[in-house]
Amino acid sequence: MNRTTTKTKMVPLPSQSIIPERDTAKTPILEVHRLGINFGGLVAVDDFNIAVGRTEICGLIGPNGAGKTTIFNLLTKVYKPTSGAILLDGKDTSNMNTVQINQAGIARTFQNIRLFPSLSVEDNVKIGLHNQVKYSMISGVLRLPVFFSSERRARERAMELLDIFDMTHLASHRAGSLPYGAQRRLEFIRALATNPKLLLLDEPAAGMNPSETEELMSNIEKIRDQFQIAIMLIEHDMRLVMGICEGIAVLNYGKIIAKGTPEEIQSNPLVIEAYLGKKNGRLSC
Amino acid sequence: MTFLSYLISGISLGSIYAIIALGYTMVYGIAKMLNFAHGDVIMVGGYMSFMATTNFGWPPLLSVLFAMGVCTVLGILIEQLAYKPLRSAPSLAVLITAIGVSYFLQNAALLIWSPNPKSFTSVVLFDSVRLFDGKLIISGTTIVTIVACIIIIVALNTIVNKTKVGKAMRAVSEDKDVAQLMGISVNKTISITFAIGSALAAVAGVLLCSAYPILMPTTGAMPGIKAFTAAVFGGIGSIPGAFLGGILLGVIEILGKAYISTQLSDAIVFAVLIIILLVKPTGLLGKKVLVKV
Amino acid sequence: MKSLKSRYNIDNWLTYGLVIFAYIVMRILIANGKVSFALQGQLVPITVYIVMAVSLNLTVGVLGELSLGHAGFMSVGAFSGAISATLLELSVRTTLPAWMRLALAMIIGGIVAGFFGFLIGIPVLRLEGDYLAIVTLAFGEIIKNVINVIYIGYDANGIRISTESANALNLGENGKIILSGPMGAIGITKISTFTAGFILILITLFIVLNLINSRAGRAIKAVRDNKIAAESVGISTWKYRMMAFVTSAALAGAAGALYALNYSTVVARKFDFNTSILVLVFVVLGRMGNIRGSIIAATVLTVLPELLRTFNEVRMLVYAVILILVMLVRNNTTLQHLYQRIVTKLRYDRPPAEEGDEA
Repeated sequence: MNRTTTKTKMVPLPSQSIIPERDTAKTPILEVHRLGINFGGLVAVDDFNIAVGRTEICGLIGPNGAGKTTIFNLLTKVYKPTSGAILLDGKDTSNMNTVQINQAGIARTFQNIRLFPSLSVEDNVKIGLHNQVKYSMISGVLRLPVFFSSERRARERAMELLDIFDMTHLASHRAGSLPYGAQRRLEFIRALATNPKLLLLDEPAAGMNPSETEELMSNIEKIRDQFQIAIMLIEHDMRLVMGICEGIAVLNYGKIIAKGTPEEIQSNPLVIEAYLGKKNGRLSC
Repeated sequence: MTFLSYLISGISLGSIYAIIALGYTMVYGIAKMLNFAHGDVIMVGGYMSFMATTNFGWPPLLSVLFAMGVCTVLGILIEQLAYKPLRSAPSLAVLITAIGVSYFLQNAALLIWSPNPKSFTSVVLFDSVRLFDGKLIISGTTIVTIVACIIIIVALNTIVNKTKVGKAMRAVSEDKDVAQLMGISVNKTISITFAIGSALAAVAGVLLCSAYPILMPTTGAMPGIKAFTAAVFGGIGSIPGAFLGGILLGVIEILGKAYISTQLSDAIVFAVLIIILLVKPTGLLGKKVLVKV
Repeated sequence: MKSLKSRYNIDNWLTYGLVIFAYIVMRILIANGKVSFALQGQLVPITVYIVMAVSLNLTVGVLGELSLGHAGFMSVGAFSGAISATLLELSVRTTLPAWMRLALAMIIGGIVAGFFGFLIGIPVLRLEGDYLAIVTLAFGEIIKNVINVIYIGYDANGIRISTESANALNLGENGKIILSGPMGAIGITKISTFTAGFILILITLFIVLNLINSRAGRAIKAVRDNKIAAESVGISTWKYRMMAFVTSAALAGAAGALYALNYSTVVARKFDFNTSILVLVFVVLGRMGNIRGSIIAATVLTVLPELLRTFNEVRMLVYAVILILVMLVRNNTTLQHLYQRIVTKLRYDRPPAEEGDEA
């Protein structure tokens, strides 16, 4: 971890990347410099530095309460950072709000699923397409030709996206009536519908059985390859994290305690201590 | 000297608002709901006291106790029948139900007591106090109202901060589920809160009708909404806040009426509410709550 | 797979059909002298309350925020509509036909109320839930208070405005007082008709139903269901809350103008908190988010007291009980299961997943 970064210098330093050898000449999609937030004196996240490559799948792990979801909330401006800088695709995001962040290219899912429960599955995805298929309120009310063509396009796109997770047959169901796993997948699709450059997944495998997790892992990789996007995920299921993440950052008490490849993380004594207490052992998958 | 007398009647009116605001602020703090019907419990308190003195010929003090008793039972009944079944319902549903209860009380009163205003005789029998060679006259009702308000605030603050019931209230207001796990009966605590709030509403009703002796089924509605404004002004959930907000609002209303416009005095009070909610939504003494994502 | 869209369409046509059918039936009954004088007097108010209920449903059912000041927007529309209609009559030399004055008054009422909706929306929509509700109530009261201190007159020299008294207007000869403080708008020519009300309902339905079933409507519903999630997919909650609020206010304003021009005088007291609650009862009883329900509830609850005179005394009490019971039945899990079972039995062809948009 490099602590010499200054606030003024926005050129990515090799050390920001989770796995330095992946750093190429291209700018990373996300760079975070010395990000921090405190809630009325309580420091929740401190000096958080990270860089994510354009098509990287990386994991954010750590014990409960380490500040992982807070990082997501900071990246999407649900919380305003008290210090530090976030660069998305090389552009400073400090003046952006949650809506603008999404339009700039970050989409996310939530740990405690936040769908639009009273609306249909199809409408949930179409809402994700809000800024992709546009027409004005007036053309909607007056039912101008652009309304029909756009709606057709939105519907086709929604079905394509639902097809990724084999959910087209659920399109007309109420989102709130879906089983838990399907709700997680729908939230994933909705985030994907906003055409992000970076997708943040907050515990995507929570509540899934091993075979469902297996399927999710292949889907995450498939989506990365198909859409050419970066994915950052928070997960407690080590099999998933070690299986698909190319880089991993470990968070404890709001600070990064280790960064590296899955192999490096598994043998890092600091990580083992954070997870298991002061004991000799190896982090099992 | 006129300013001083306006100020005193402002403080007196504010004291009534403060007592009503306590009911709002406690229920809001603990049950997390806006008890819209609270203002109408005031009206019921007024009618009870009126009936006790006029129809039964009871002494004033007894009539106040009678009104408090009836309102306490009424408050608990409302909570049990209308609000308790909605403990886990969306807040919009709870608010609409509360409006329904408010409407129910007003219209029931309309059927029972007719829309004709009753003229209420003050329960305060003290003479007015004359100061500065009679230039400043303070009525007995005004004095009793202000004193009653101070006693109630001190007593309630002691209950909430020093007793076991108060500790339970604070725990429920902090986190209902955790309080339940700690062995606190949430339902009982909420019932007690409604009981206290409604008893106070009865006192406020009697004092309000003593100061402004016209009693109608809609008597409680406007003071109720204004007292909620006072509770928000002071910071919802805070007992000293309700006191401060009530007094300030009463003074603003009376001074606005005297120096700006009689017809616009309500508009001024509501403008205060809007400004407070925009500038400092947590009120003067409220604390900030962070939304967890 | 049956798409939701085709069901929306069928549902919408059913709503339009119901309104058109009811209008034709009423016309036939009136032509044959089958409608009592009292009920004929209620026809315009019924159309007004239908528009009020449908427009409030946009805020309460579709946006999911409780507005307790809907009558305030009706009031703004009523007074701006009545004033402009009277001025049009007095000032334009070749007097416009009545229907044109009525149409202009409704458009002006709608625009002015919509503008007020926007102004009030700026502070109000920064809040949510209980606070939003109480502030809309406050605005309703402020509007009522302010109209009570405004005096407007018209004479050969033009329009005169005062906040003092009618005398302070200093009107010349043949001068006419249009708005007289607490006495309200006076000397209105009654030009509202049942047909105008019917057309306003159709326009309202066209706007509201098409809005709900479009990109903007989806965004409004998304904001209702989950604000944080809506923002996370790039939807500006402010914009869509404002859109729903202003549309709702503008429609209430047009309804207000129609209402005012149905009487020779109209006072601000008429548009108080009780009127807001009455409209809320229509929306809640007709089911929040269900437009057809609002129409039926508004009609039935306006006609019923006319038919049952004795019922009138306990009417408000019954409304209050209805409001409470509907909320308890719809939101208490135990009662809900019971209700659901009855509903599925009655409508076995409609599985619960297709119940539409309720809040």
